[in-house]
Amino acid sequence: MKLKVLYFASLREHLGTAGEEIELPAGVATVAALRSHLMQRGGAWRAALADGRLLRIAVNRDMANSAAAIRPGDEVAFFPPVTGG
Amino acid sequence: MKILVQREDFDCGAEIEAIARGNPKIGGVAAFVGLVRDANEGAAVRAMTLEHYPGMTEKAISAIVEEARGRWDVIDCTVIHRVGELVPTDRIVLVVVASGHRGDAFAACEFIMDYLKTRAPFWKKERTAEGARWVEARSSDDAAAERWREPESDAA
Repeated sequence: MKLKVLYFASLREHLGTAGEEIELPAGVATVAALRSHLMQRGGAWRAALADGRLLRIAVNRDMANSAAAIRPGDEVAFFPPVTGG
Repeated sequence: MKILVQREDFDCGAEIEAIARGNPKIGGVAAFVGLVRDANEGAAVRAMTLEHYPGMTEKAISAIVEEARGRWDVIDCTVIHRVGELVPTDRIVLVVVASGHRGDAFAACEFIMDYLKTRAPFWKKERTAEGARWVEARSSDDAAAERWREPESDAA
């Protein structure tokens, strides 16, 4: 399935990209599986996505956890803990 | 309810005036203004850049305001948050809450700020003499948000 993945702030800088359209293999159906899939790219991907404590996730612009299901056409975002205000 | 994420500065007086005018049910207006400090974590801050997640940030702030409306008497509310390049003394954020009475106005205003700091997708990158660095989330901000958690028995 195809979906959109976005990266923000320090994560965007570490990965060198703000986002991508990605075609996922069958069986990648949760945020956790997507994260593992991206980490298999190695290098910066493995390093930046390794520490779950420093990772926040949104699915279709709502905060979500690793167990959240992902569906074709979803917008999934990975970012560090927020620091606004 | 007015929620804006913008690069431009805002006029606190005009925003308070706009919310307070024309509704005689309003008995009090509480406002909080967040500013850029010139120091953080032991380093002098020359400037900062605020990044956000267009579309989600506005949605997250709306959800926070809706929760405040469910918990206190909020007659009207304005939240404005700036993004882009800012320097010390610049305004970053404005929260204005109008209520029938001061207690609800104060509480809702503080709640919105505490939740905004931990739930709305904004990220600060500071420029210091030692270079640029992303601001790390503070556990004290998590603790500030945590104290508004309602006991399970009250959740229903």
